[in-house]
Amino acid sequence: MVSLTIDGNVVQAEERTPLIKIAEKLGIRIPTLCYHPALEPYGTCRLCTVEVVKKGRARLVTACNYPAEEGIVVHTKSERVIKARKLIIELLLSRCSKAKVIQELAEEYGVKEPRFGEGDEDCILCGLCVRVCSEIVGANAISFTSRGIDREVSTPFHIASEECIGCGACAYLCPTDAIKLEDIKGTRKIERWDTSRPLQRCSICGNYFAPVAQLEYIKNRLNLPEEIFQNCPNCRRKSYAEQVAALGHI
Amino acid sequence: MNLVLVDDIIARYRWEKAAIIAILQDIQREFNYLPQEALTYAASRLAIPLTQVYSLATFYRAFSLKPRGKHLITVCLGTACHVRGAVRILEKLERELGIKAGETTDDMRVSLETVNCLGACALGPIVVIDGQYHGQMTSVKTDSILKKLRKL
Amino acid sequence: MSKIKSTEDFEKLQESVNKTRDPERLCITVCSGTGCHAYGCEKVTQAFVEEIRNRDLQDKVDIRTTGCHGFCERGPIVVIHPQEVFYQRVKVEDVADVVSETILKKNIVDRLLYVDPNTGKQIICEKDVPFYKKQRRIIFGNNALIDPTSIDDYIALGGYAALSKVLWEMKPLEVIDVIKKSGLRGRGGGGFPTGRKWEFCRNAEGDRRYVICNADEGDPGAYMDRSLLEGNPHSVLEGMIIGAYAIGSHQGFIYVRNEYPLAVKNVTIAIQQAREYGLLDRDIIGSGFDFEIKITRGGGAFVCGESTALMASLEGKLGEPRAKYVHTVEKGLWDNPTNLNNVETWANVPVIINKGWQWYSDIGTEHSKGTKIFSLVGKINNTGLIEVPMGISLREIIFDIGGGIPEGKKFKAVQTGGPSGGCIPESLLDLLVDFEKLTETGSMMGSGGMIVMDEDTCMVDVAKYFLNFLKEESCGKCVPCREGIRAMLEILTRITEGEGEEGDVELLQELSEVVAETSLCALGGTAPNPVLTTIKYFRDEYEAHIKEKRCPAGVCPALIQYSIDTERCTGCGACVKVCPQEAISGQRKQPHSLDQAKCIKCGACLEVCKFEAVIKR
Repeated sequence: MVSLTIDGNVVQAEERTPLIKIAEKLGIRIPTLCYHPALEPYGTCRLCTVEVVKKGRARLVTACNYPAEEGIVVHTKSERVIKARKLIIELLLSRCSKAKVIQELAEEYGVKEPRFGEGDEDCILCGLCVRVCSEIVGANAISFTSRGIDREVSTPFHIASEECIGCGACAYLCPTDAIKLEDIKGTRKIERWDTSRPLQRCSICGNYFAPVAQLEYIKNRLNLPEEIFQNCPNCRRKSYAEQVAALGHI
Repeated sequence: MNLVLVDDIIARYRWEKAAIIAILQDIQREFNYLPQEALTYAASRLAIPLTQVYSLATFYRAFSLKPRGKHLITVCLGTACHVRGAVRILEKLERELGIKAGETTDDMRVSLETVNCLGACALGPIVVIDGQYHGQMTSVKTDSILKKLRKL
Repeated sequence: MSKIKSTEDFEKLQESVNKTRDPERLCITVCSGTGCHAYGCEKVTQAFVEEIRNRDLQDKVDIRTTGCHGFCERGPIVVIHPQEVFYQRVKVEDVADVVSETILKKNIVDRLLYVDPNTGKQIICEKDVPFYKKQRRIIFGNNALIDPTSIDDYIALGGYAALSKVLWEMKPLEVIDVIKKSGLRGRGGGGFPTGRKWEFCRNAEGDRRYVICNADEGDPGAYMDRSLLEGNPHSVLEGMIIGAYAIGSHQGFIYVRNEYPLAVKNVTIAIQQAREYGLLDRDIIGSGFDFEIKITRGGGAFVCGESTALMASLEGKLGEPRAKYVHTVEKGLWDNPTNLNNVETWANVPVIINKGWQWYSDIGTEHSKGTKIFSLVGKINNTGLIEVPMGISLREIIFDIGGGIPEGKKFKAVQTGGPSGGCIPESLLDLLVDFEKLTETGSMMGSGGMIVMDEDTCMVDVAKYFLNFLKEESCGKCVPCREGIRAMLEILTRITEGEGEEGDVELLQELSEVVAETSLCALGGTAPNPVLTTIKYFRDEYEAHIKEKRCPAGVCPALIQYSIDTERCTGCGACVKVCPQEAISGQRKQPHSLDQAKCIKCGACLEVCKFEAVIKR
């Protein structure tokens, strides 16, 4: 355990815990667009920039991956931090002027019209989609391609990926809502990845409930009862309830 | 496409996943670019995600996903070449060949590329044609080099 | 060759190599560095071989192709030993004369000598050429004496003696202590004390430790590491093996830029030879110490010069940097403790061991010890690679060694530190070059590129050039670097196109501060330096572009105009022939005129006009 100070609060924390987690416990909100507790920190959006004073030297670091160290003093809202954060928001706004989440941040931080153009990109390249697909799902259907200002997220060769199981975790995590997921007539479509996947019909109610590919993917990895892959969660819940009720009569 | 060539290359690196960049370099040397089929095949043989291979192929400048021309002209845009007027040489080549840097002529004869420093700064501005360095380039020298190239 | 198993074996090898070397024997050395290659040194070497064979002189004369001599401006360079006669710009046609006169009769071929432009005197010996006089070539000097593909050449000059001494007479901690006391600092840019880095790595927790040689020399305008690796690869290997022993590593990597095929070739040969001699791999010199080295070629990405990106690339991943809150000496390659130094740093190590830390630390300034190799390029008379003691002044480098600015033009600035560095103006020419002094100017030492700029260089264009470079070379991972560089480049482009507005300079400064403070790695962290230093020292040029819509140096196409001086124009028609736009017209032998509407400002007319009749304003 180490002892450190965040915005005047002296706290104990496990050594090397990311500052953002410690701040969260203290109820201190640090803005971020690329951090998710289930994923490895990546440090791309830089919004979680905070000021750390160590051995008398102050510098800006990112709270999502800066490890807790003995005796450091952290300021999450100092003038220097706010100034940097505002400009980062302005830069993000100049890339994705129509993204709601960024407009809200701009509003919160009093950032007016960006001085560096108003782009209409919808992706901020936070990498949450790429990381969840690789780290959690393990499908590796999308990745970063090209570099510099041309960097983007795509499937290999910009064509539908065979690896995509249509699970939609990418769409779920996307902070700017840039990944649209639609279930129409028994098919799941993710337009951004040029993907369409047939959905499994529930053997009880007949409703579509999950992509066949996703169910197959789980089946191959986990030893679960077959009915999980045949019936939708609703019907399964119902059938469990009935089974429990039946037990009650004994 | 002869994918045995890809197998040979991978075998040379003993199926080592970490050697993927070197493997891609060798594939490019073999085919003059990185064909989609070869990349897909290499990824499956090495059991690494295709996403990783595609990311690498688009990240590093040495790689081209498009077939390249028979001849390769590279213009150095290092600082030493820049202050000695490399941009003018590049623009002239673009005009004369009718293509932009990074493109290949329709007849697939010539590809034009730039590099951010060749490390032969004493010779700037430098143009490399099929591996041959041409130093202290001028507009007039460019003309004579293009003339020679057309005869090849 | 049987493997060397002990210091006695090694000494025997030295003796047998030295026996074959006669310092009085005639030897023709031909520089085959990259510069001389481009000038056709291969054909010159071939001509010497044939000439010597035809005259049946093989028994009396050696021919040696060596690494880069540094004076690339004057290639191909030929030096005749033992007299050290220095011939420059030698062509195939000159070979017969050199052999018949200098080799056979000890006469000098006057027309091949270097003429000092200041005194008009011909200079015979290499060491008397002003370009070499103020240099101190303790690292780079052997390049000119050895054939890089011959391990015996290296051993004859004392090579691998330091390694033998270290393995048999010194403990790892003693080696670290010597390097610490020598004051050696990393030559790749950061200037971190090398001995301390080794110590951190040695003390870091982990079972495996790695040693890396960073040969991904990406700064445009810098090619020192290339010349060292190509010209004296064994010196780098020896440094690495010594470092690995000190740190406790058994696996090393050399990460070489994709653009340096000759370096890869020569290092590959060197590794093979060192293995055969028992100087690499298992049980080195019979000491029980094992260490092997692998070569990896880069894929063409400037950002891979950054240590974490380089290591990711070595692992076969994208060359993206990661946060360095946990340093690579603790968790580097495959999360193991990893020590990375660049080519020049490694090459310093055997010299320090051989000559002692006291000798080494006597060279240089208080905090910057030893020498530094620079590539002196751009608008300078004597282009090439130089090695100078730390603490020499910029003026000495540029005017005494470099011979000043060509064509009588005026010096404007010298750019150091590559895209992370800045432009240093004339008022600071007396600055004594070391890590601290260069950083104080807002620039930095970097890996050692020195690009000289004259009055015809536009400083706003230079700032734009570097941002354009960085825009392409940024990995694109973090927002401030990717978006900030784009924003700054847009502003600079606007300024150079005559669309600059009041407040643009301040906006650039504001962006610079945040990009520098919040970027993930050093690429973004130092990206604003070229902008900030040009604003600091050449603000008047920015003002001229913004307020007067004028490019004082006559570079930015949107702000200049070409015209024809009818008084001077003879109507020769040379410009008409080269104009790609048919913008110039006129009767033969009559003054011509230029149609501004058609002109694309390519400058071709100015280049061909022999009568100075084309005016650029």
